Amino acid sequence: MLPYAMDTDLSSQDRKDLDKFIKFFALKTVQVIVQARLGEKICTRSSSSPTGSDWFNLAIKDIPEVTHEAKKALAGQLPAVGRSMCVEISLKTSEGDSMELEIWCLEMNEKCDKEIKVSYTVYNRLSLLLKSLLAITRVTPAYRLSRKQGHEYVILYRIYFGEVQLSGLGEGFQTVRVGTVGTPVGTITLSCAYRINLAFMSTRQFERTPPIMGIIIDHFVDRPYPSSSPMHPCNYRAGEDNGAVYPSVEDSQEVCTTSFSTSPPSQPAALGVGSADMGYPVLFAGGLNAAHPHQLLGPGKEGGVPPVPSQPAHGTQADQERMCTPLDGVHYSAATPSSSEDTETVSNSSEGKSGSPHDLLETIFIRKVGAFVNKPINQVTMANLDIPFAMFAPKNVELEDNDPMVNPPDSPETESPLQGSLHSEGSSGSSTGNTHDDFVMIDFKPAFSKDDILPMDLGTFYREFQNPPQLSSLSIDIGAQSMAEDLDSLPEKLAVHEKNVKEFDAFVETLQ
Amino acid sequence: MNCRAEVLEVSVEGRQVEEAMLAVLHTVLLHRSTGKFHYKKEGTYSIGTVGTQDVDCDFIDFAYVRVSSEELDRALRKAVGEFKDALRSSGSDGMGQISLEFYQKKKSRWPFSDECIPWELWTIKVNVVNLANEQERQICREKVGEKLCEKIINIVEVMNRHEYLPKMPTQSEVDNVFDTSLKDVQPYLYKISYQITDSLGTSVTTTMRRLIKDTLAL
Repeated sequence: MLPYAMDTDLSSQDRKDLDKFIKFFALKTVQVIVQARLGEKICTRSSSSPTGSDWFNLAIKDIPEVTHEAKKALAGQLPAVGRSMCVEISLKTSEGDSMELEIWCLEMNEKCDKEIKVSYTVYNRLSLLLKSLLAITRVTPAYRLSRKQGHEYVILYRIYFGEVQLSGLGEGFQTVRVGTVGTPVGTITLSCAYRINLAFMSTRQFERTPPIMGIIIDHFVDRPYPSSSPMHPCNYRAGEDNGAVYPSVEDSQEVCTTSFSTSPPSQPAALGVGSADMGYPVLFAGGLNAAHPHQLLGPGKEGGVPPVPSQPAHGTQADQERMCTPLDGVHYSAATPSSSEDTETVSNSSEGKSGSPHDLLETIFIRKVGAFVNKPINQVTMANLDIPFAMFAPKNVELEDNDPMVNPPDSPETESPLQGSLHSEGSSGSSTGNTHDDFVMIDFKPAFSKDDILPMDLGTFYREFQNPPQLSSLSIDIGAQSMAEDLDSLPEKLAVHEKNVKEFDAFVETLQ
Repeated sequence: MNCRAEVLEVSVEGRQVEEAMLAVLHTVLLHRSTGKFHYKKEGTYSIGTVGTQDVDCDFIDFAYVRVSSEELDRALRKAVGEFKDALRSSGSDGMGQISLEFYQKKKSRWPFSDECIPWELWTIKVNVVNLANEQERQICREKVGEKLCEKIINIVEVMNRHEYLPKMPTQSEVDNVFDTSLKDVQPYLYKISYQITDSLGTSVTTTMRRLIKDTLAL
């Protein structure tokens, strides 16, 4: 029995119901507030059939860690006069500065409404109040801040029970009342006090620090896929571990009312009230289904629950302070076996990677023996990886015969884009003089270029077009011919131009 | 019975009309919708679950929560779209109002048709402004966002006065109180209408047909 200031006429069933409603209302309130500050859009589905686990007929998911924190703060008590449940939302920058943004307070005062029907009216009004909370949580300034969290700051939450502490909100904070619900044991009030002096936020120069995820999330999470999107504060997966750590159903009585009784409007006060007010719940759903998968957020990670150390969040806050991310270091204690699994995965892949370049190096030896050489195809092996300056690696001496500078290739070369051959060798003049030059040409292979991807790499292109064939119009014979023709036609052209002198003059004048 | 009437006023740019109206209407309907009723024998019934989702506005720095029901969203968008078109084509100063009325049906005996008795009326007065440049538009985005925040707080305040709500109906009466045509949620019976104020200041009433099941006339 919970101590209430007023002695009430409540039946014991009503009292039990009321206590249960208030308890679950408090838990759902915390869920709504924290989920609204996770930085993501929330979406839950409507369901025409009641599932028996949706309190207040609203689809509000339960993040186990949040429920756990809330229950821990409540410690079996309920909000009462002088004992309020508060959810504090604060912001923490990557430099470690923090600032309280909001305090949401669920309070109870002494004003009782004895006439109200617990199991219907109070229940529905609590449902309405939760809807109002959903609306109001998107309207305070912290919502927009929380949607942009990630790189420079994160949003944290803290739940406490007892006296409301508003001093951290700075001067001139504003209050918005979400709503009230009268009950036979007092009036429940839900309100929010929020900071309006965010001046230090707007003027502060955020340096390009490493993402906070690097400090917080990596602190807890082994990230086998570092290239995946880091900006999800709630990289949360409902792993099997959570079931063990967070028993969501404490006792068999934690079911929610799903069924109500009607009485026709004309019936007299069988239910104690003249008009057809709703009666008592007559049907209880059979037990909370605690294993709701938490499809809340974020790209799921493949392979294993993220391992976390048993240290709390890297921030220096009190134990109760948690990020608005379910990655709470304290509770993933069972994850150790899978952490080693993860590391093994990582190391295996890296080993795999380190293996291949070694192999490829050898293939390059065989292939790249000299510049401007068209290797026969059968000697071209798979070379997925180009190693820069591989040519400076020691070569087999016996392949020197293939060095084009020693034995120049015949023209025209066969098409071998892989080799970047000098097609221009077929053109006039260039390579025939190089026959017996005694210098070693290194195949110009730009670093990281892959010749099986690009049929013609930059070096090849350059070489090829360095010595293009001569233009036909510039060849001597043709050139001479046209020159003679030009000379002959000159007098005629001059005559024509003289006739059109006036036109030309007019044209020149227009230019001036 | 007295009909509770609330009036909200907003000044928005033309392209913000739709989102602003939807934000307000959805917030009201969030509070005025329940899960689907499933009646069982002996006069008991169970209530379905209402899901919610966040909606970000494109032209306003604002986000709101609406009921997760595509049918309801479509109905509201249709109404708001017609209002917006009427505003645009009226050639007036861009003033108008859209009304959301919750009502109950009262069956009458033949030959009289059913009465529609409103019990709550929300009116949103809209003033469309024209902005000259991008900087003004940016300021307008933020300002309208702040204004809408205030409107949401106003709506919530009204909702939490816990004033009159229709009694929960029996199975035979449920269609007189709720709109049962949607498959996933059940709002109270409502209708949306709008008026455009032309430049002379006189109002030209354009009442839309009901978006949902009409009462059958004689």
